[in-house]
Amino acid sequence: MARMKFVCDAERCIECNGCVTACKNENEVPWGVNRRRVVTLNDGVPGEKSISVACMHCSDAPCMAVCPVNCFYRTDEGVVLHNKDICIGCGYCSYACPFGAPQFPSQGTFGVRGKMDKCTFCAGGPEANGSQAEFEKYGRNRLAEGKLPACAEMCSTKALLAGDGDVVADIFRNRVVQRGKGAEVWGWGTAYGSKQAGQPPAGVKS
Amino acid sequence: MMRLAIATAALMALAACGEKPQTAAGVKSDAPAFQGAENKFVAPGWKPGDKTSWEQGLKARAQNTQNEYSKTK
Repeated sequence: MARMKFVCDAERCIECNGCVTACKNENEVPWGVNRRRVVTLNDGVPGEKSISVACMHCSDAPCMAVCPVNCFYRTDEGVVLHNKDICIGCGYCSYACPFGAPQFPSQGTFGVRGKMDKCTFCAGGPEANGSQAEFEKYGRNRLAEGKLPACAEMCSTKALLAGDGDVVADIFRNRVVQRGKGAEVWGWGTAYGSKQAGQPPAGVKS
Repeated sequence: MMRLAIATAALMALAACGEKPQTAAGVKSDAPAFQGAENKFVAPGWKPGDKTSWEQGLKARAQNTQNEYSKTK
């Protein structure tokens, strides 16, 4: 299996925020924390586009590189996770992340920022898969249940694709061929490397 | 000769300035996802503990739930 990836199809996203709601509900994310957000590019300008953004589980994750306590780890499927028992809430990962993924719950018993919280690709954390302890700290472990992330499965227009990188790339490629436009994938090159498919042509702003 | 010596010295001096590849794996103590979850929400159609079955299940799920072209074209 290839590694897990997210693709957001800007041609399809209708800014319904269904992905945000699904994520918050599935993982019981506290107030003030949004693991996933819908961002509008060129807001108000004709042709504006919306995209759903969360942790992209980068191939070469900057958060892992800057973490002073080495709390991050990568699963066999390429999902970037972290151990909240090790995290000290320093916020370095927040500055390093190009997608603004790390969140810091302000209501907690730990420090000013609280321990970092982010999208887990619905893959939980280091605790036993599907256990109550894992759910309380990281949310649902849908991957261990044989399911894909709730945000993508709940997406009304299937703009947000999640799963095996080869499969989602194949689905997206087929769409682009069918409609004859919209090959740009925002964030794909940043997260998974500039030499991969989905990069806009040189000089074109995605 | 002198130029070669300078180039060699510069190469050796700058060797320490190279950035390390950022491939840190961190602390890994998580059980693989294909082992299944300890709850009643496990999707049917695959066998927990069987990696191939888990992978095939996820691939089929991705195609069934995210690729409407497979149903309409």
